[in-house]
Amino acid sequence: MQVTSSVREPLVTGGKTYKDVTNDVSRQVEGKPSVTWLLGLAVSVGALLLGSLALVATLWEGIGMWGLNKTVGWAWDITNFVWWVGIGHAGTLISAVLLLFRQKWRTSINRAAEAMTIFAVICAAMFPIIHMGRPWLGAIWALPLPNTYGSLWVNFNSPLLWDVFAISTYFAVSLVFWYIGLIPDFATIRDRAVGIRKTIYGALSFGWDGAARTWMRYESVSLILAGLATPLVLSVHTIVSFDFATSVIPGWHTTIFPPYFVAGAIFSGFAMVLTLMIVTRKAFNLEDYITIGHIELMNIVIIITGSIVGIAYITEFFMAWYSGVAAEQYAFVNRMFGPYWWAYWSMMTCNVISPQLFWFKKIRTSIAATFILSLVVNIGMWFERFVIIVTSLHRDYLPSSWVMFYPTMYDVGIYLFTFGLFFTCFLLFAKFFPVINMAEVKAVLKSSSEKVK
Amino acid sequence: MKENKKTYWKGLEQLTNDPEFVKHADKEFPGFKGSNSKAGEGDSSRRDFLKLMGFSLAAASLAACEAPVRKAIPYVNKPVDLDPSIPNYYASTFISGGDYAAIVVKTREGRPIKVDGNDLSSITQGGTSALVESSVLSLYDSQRMKGPQVNGELVEWAAIDAELPAKLRAAGNIKIVSNTILSPSTERAIQQFSEAMGEVELITYDPLSSYGITKASETYFGSNALPTYQFDKAEVIVSFGADFLGTWISPIEFAKQYSKGRKISKQNPEMSRHFQFESNLSLTGANADYRTPIRASQSGLAVLSLYNLLAQNAGSGTVSGGSLELPNLARAADELWAQRGSSIVVSGSNDPNVQIVINAINELLGNHGNTVDFSRPSYFRKGNDERMNQLVTEMNAGSVGGIIFYNCNPVYDFARGSELAEGIAKVKVSVATTETKNETASLVQYITPDHHYLESWNDFYPRRGEYSLSQPTISPLFNTRQAQESLLKWAGINTSYYDFIRENWQGLFDSQETINDFQEFWDRCLYKGVYTEPIAAPSEDESSPAILTPVGDIGTAATALSRDNNDAASGPELVLYAKVGIGSGAYANNPWLQEMPDPISKATWDNYVTVSQKWASDNGLKMQEGATKLANVTANGISITVPVLVQPGQAEGTIGLALGYGRTEAGRVANGVGVNAYPFLDTSKGHVSYDILEGVSIELTAETYRIAQTQTHHTYMGREFVIQEATLEEYKEDASAGRYHPEIYMDGEFVKPSKISLWSGHKYSQHHWGLAIDMNSCTGCSACTVACQVENNVAVVGKQEVLNRREMAWIRIDRYYSSPEGASSNQELEQAADNPEVTFQPMMCQHCNNAPCETVCPVVATTHSSEGLNQMTYNRCIGTRYCANNCPYKVRRFNWFKYHDNKDFAGVNTPQNDDLGKMVLNPDVTVRARGVMEKCSMCVQRIQAGKLSAKRENRKIKDGEINVACAIACPTEALVFGDLNDAQSKVSQLLKIEENTLSANKEVNEERAYHVLEEINVSPNVWYFTKIRNKDKNEA
Repeated sequence: MQVTSSVREPLVTGGKTYKDVTNDVSRQVEGKPSVTWLLGLAVSVGALLLGSLALVATLWEGIGMWGLNKTVGWAWDITNFVWWVGIGHAGTLISAVLLLFRQKWRTSINRAAEAMTIFAVICAAMFPIIHMGRPWLGAIWALPLPNTYGSLWVNFNSPLLWDVFAISTYFAVSLVFWYIGLIPDFATIRDRAVGIRKTIYGALSFGWDGAARTWMRYESVSLILAGLATPLVLSVHTIVSFDFATSVIPGWHTTIFPPYFVAGAIFSGFAMVLTLMIVTRKAFNLEDYITIGHIELMNIVIIITGSIVGIAYITEFFMAWYSGVAAEQYAFVNRMFGPYWWAYWSMMTCNVISPQLFWFKKIRTSIAATFILSLVVNIGMWFERFVIIVTSLHRDYLPSSWVMFYPTMYDVGIYLFTFGLFFTCFLLFAKFFPVINMAEVKAVLKSSSEKVK
Repeated sequence: MKENKKTYWKGLEQLTNDPEFVKHADKEFPGFKGSNSKAGEGDSSRRDFLKLMGFSLAAASLAACEAPVRKAIPYVNKPVDLDPSIPNYYASTFISGGDYAAIVVKTREGRPIKVDGNDLSSITQGGTSALVESSVLSLYDSQRMKGPQVNGELVEWAAIDAELPAKLRAAGNIKIVSNTILSPSTERAIQQFSEAMGEVELITYDPLSSYGITKASETYFGSNALPTYQFDKAEVIVSFGADFLGTWISPIEFAKQYSKGRKISKQNPEMSRHFQFESNLSLTGANADYRTPIRASQSGLAVLSLYNLLAQNAGSGTVSGGSLELPNLARAADELWAQRGSSIVVSGSNDPNVQIVINAINELLGNHGNTVDFSRPSYFRKGNDERMNQLVTEMNAGSVGGIIFYNCNPVYDFARGSELAEGIAKVKVSVATTETKNETASLVQYITPDHHYLESWNDFYPRRGEYSLSQPTISPLFNTRQAQESLLKWAGINTSYYDFIRENWQGLFDSQETINDFQEFWDRCLYKGVYTEPIAAPSEDESSPAILTPVGDIGTAATALSRDNNDAASGPELVLYAKVGIGSGAYANNPWLQEMPDPISKATWDNYVTVSQKWASDNGLKMQEGATKLANVTANGISITVPVLVQPGQAEGTIGLALGYGRTEAGRVANGVGVNAYPFLDTSKGHVSYDILEGVSIELTAETYRIAQTQTHHTYMGREFVIQEATLEEYKEDASAGRYHPEIYMDGEFVKPSKISLWSGHKYSQHHWGLAIDMNSCTGCSACTVACQVENNVAVVGKQEVLNRREMAWIRIDRYYSSPEGASSNQELEQAADNPEVTFQPMMCQHCNNAPCETVCPVVATTHSSEGLNQMTYNRCIGTRYCANNCPYKVRRFNWFKYHDNKDFAGVNTPQNDDLGKMVLNPDVTVRARGVMEKCSMCVQRIQAGKLSAKRENRKIKDGEINVACAIACPTEALVFGDLNDAQSKVSQLLKIEENTLSANKEVNEERAYHVLEEINVSPNVWYFTKIRNKDKNEA
């Protein structure tokens, strides 16, 4: 029951048929890996290995390998954690929220966006574990497991514990959602494959038979999962923001954090999706599926969320002034003019000023400009977390404890490790999994293609 | 063969064969009923079988899991007084040269682990210093001398005893070089030695010399006495560069006295007024009400000018040369004059001429016999710089036959050390008795190592009429022998030194009448550690007549001063000083002292040249996070390269440099730390001069350097929620002067922050431990920080980790400078004033009742006790550091690395790495693992021990019975610990807790008491008392 309107821009260009869709997407999975892909994988694995040196050194020697100190107890670790979690927001937003709002343009990007979400959440989830002084115990003790220590339980007052629940729920739901969506496409590939590949994709497709009843179940599961995932999009970053908002540290203790963090997360998530999509569509010749229209729509989301974030920054300043709390006021003046002014102004430039360029149609429909700005936004969002965490901590209440934070090569190395992990996973996904949801794209084809009627 | 008809029965039942038994005879578990068995009674179902099997399996596995038994060997014959886990305390005495403290040594299972002050001493009165607190670790220094050595080879004592006396006799002209000897028995032993050897001379010098004072007394009064100062009796204190709270003569005693004049309350709202005129910002200067930075070359003239001002008041004749006009000097003179007889003027100068004028001033003021008491001379400094100077010349001339360095290190810490080092080679026989290797011992032929003082018997006579004893608290760890015993042995006397001391004390026993039995007298003295002669014996020896009459004339001194001190001098002047922690450098190999932040500069592990802020801005030097530049400092024709530290309060035109660093033969901790400043000392005028007035130059190099400071932000940014202070006048008008009362607007009215809380609040039904800290009494001396480190096994992390801002101190002393007058913007507030007011604020875990750390820990590793303590469970901690981030006081410390048993930290953290060093660890406190958070526990081990002993004796805890290590160490009683639920406790009285409720939030009625960061209502159990300065107005 597709409703077609002659004034609507087609979602898929190039007059594709169902067969074209299958061919275009499966081609990447079935063909030999391209040189570019191999090169990309080599770089990613290289980063992974190099970064793992830093990771191993940290696990072996202790957190002292990082630049943290008595006053700044979190810096790159939690900055990276929040940054990666933020990036992990776009996938679920695109697939769940846009599904519920019947935004059909999501179909060609939701697969990759969800994959990105999962890999980003994996990278993010690493940090809460490795930043612990004793991860070998903490990874278990942070969970509310029955134990033999008497009535020893976790502390339900602690936002860190809420994080454990928020992240693990989000990860689980996103993973299931993503995988359910993959099943019909795995079946498509299975049907075209021979030999060992047929067996593997057969197993992955869970015996999908394409029957009407199966499709019906598929649709309802998707809808239910979308319903479950939608509140999670809002809750995950809300809870992450509680790590700061519930504390007593000036610059952290702010009620505005939940909406501000969620907006920021969507902002950075969309930017990351754009970064990846622009490369993927080019590399895999998917320009007809991921069109300028898609990019423009995503850029509009970036303008909106970027503006929300900008307003949040200004509101924080207003509240600091209005509160009359001297330490709070100092914390914000210190952000702007203190020793970390460069981080603050990088954040302001990248997050508030640069996305406003998307008001110009020429810029928001330009691939090159979008690609550059998407990188800028992600840099800005990293700085946002750095500013919140480090500049608030480094000068809090007692001036005697004011310090500077200087990262070490191990801080950088572990960040590099997560990049290596993320891109290795993403490249493997792009090669062996269908990067575009064939089944769903076919569903919107009727409204886009003359040949499908 | 007859068939065996024996019947074996399993029980009486079988024997009697009663029917009930027969019925169940074939069942293995008779009477066992399966829970859901319906087939028949006694049948076991499959489930029961599985249950049983499960149980047996579990039981068997559990039995197999038994922990291995570690070897623990009990005493076969337990010593009577020694119970495992119960500490024993022994009264003893700490000395290092003339530095003296009466102490009580805590031993556990036969090893000393902590040194506390001895309350019975009338001198140190239970106070300690960082040096005293840390001395217990020096005992376990694995780099101490292992045994006697001849030319660097370990030998047996017998070998040395056989050859050395003959060699010494043959050499003739024997000199014994020593720092001040406080021990009468040691002096007698030396006398015995010299009687046996003939031609023996004892030459005394002190690294931190007060020869100027004794020499001046000789000139002025005709007796070379060091007076007893009484700062507690002084209403007005004027000090010219004497750091009497830090390093000058007897700082523990002076701090104790000084604090008596600084404690104020509504009942007694008077405090002493303290003027300080100095070049470097000393600990004492930091505590002064009025501090005037002066050039070193002005210090003599300033004293002279003060004399003239007073003489004008007195109407007596003035002397020429003293017409210097300095801020506050005229005022000081007026106030001194107003408080004649209850004022005190002291000078840290080692120039006898200055000290003569000081004597004249105190004479003019009638202070002699009141605050400056020559009738009870002290013996802390007996050094004779001139004789020592001559000795160096004699040695180099080859006229000295034998030399014995008795527990001293002149090659390092005497001005002409390098000449002396050359001289040693020209002496026929050279001996050193030091317990540790040092620069002098490494050059001598014979090393006959002494015991550590905790292994020794000794007696001391620090002041007329005051005696004290030291006793061994552990058997000698190495093959050492008490130096006195060695001397006696070489003199052919074979008594042990213990017997020798007892013989000497026979005289003291005879002079008293209360105890009839010598053994009882001895035991009593040993038990108390100190002994005061019953009557101040009217002295017959001419060295200290009861009333001294001035014989000298200050005219000569005045002329000499005017000649030597040129007020118009233009070049930089170098002022050498000693740091509170390292002192003369004798204990530099002690990592606790190295890591103790200097109370003023907050720098660790280094010395540096201190320059004024003006010099720094003129030379384009700006320090950030300890990053600075190196400079070449030249004086006395010697040039060294040393980092520069910008020091607010440094007098313009002067630079300061600390002695005690740059050791080369001290051991692995101290070697190469800092630079040696002793060669700069000037002996050209006979006395050792610590002020180098001429020929000094300083040039910045381009080379950068980082000084490891624990505090790099020096002002409190005008934050009244941190530091609350007022002047005495304001306080007299309003006892809550200077208090900051934050209020929060709620429901149409302003309320105290404590009225708004998310929490329902704790109830403490038993005890409620709390701490009251008087910022007026705290001098910043840092004895508490070392005491805490000893008590709580706090790790030493070394310079690099301090640079990384990761020192582990549980208690720190925040030192804040005032900002320049009128500063309002953040940038202005960040700057310290050129001559700042200084505030010290001891900061440790505040044990908040609404603790921010407790709510955020995901694994409940930090929790609140039922007695108000914020507790840390190391075993549970997973190290997220969230608690530390959320601590508004930033007192939590994280174990970034494994600091114990780790070769990376073995060189600095000796108490946790070295087998011998580990003996100093407090067995009641866990050594923390890598990756866990730690912080002040309010010495919970002491609280538990106190509660247990009260419980065992079935009584209530007495106030004062339980005390925390920092409060015990504090020489000024600035920290008071106790039970807030006990209305009679000292802390409750101080805070005026009126209604004694069991609620966690106590209403405190003392106007001066405040919580740091009251507005966030974390409700700490630590209160601070406002800092009150006795001055007209606060300058910040």
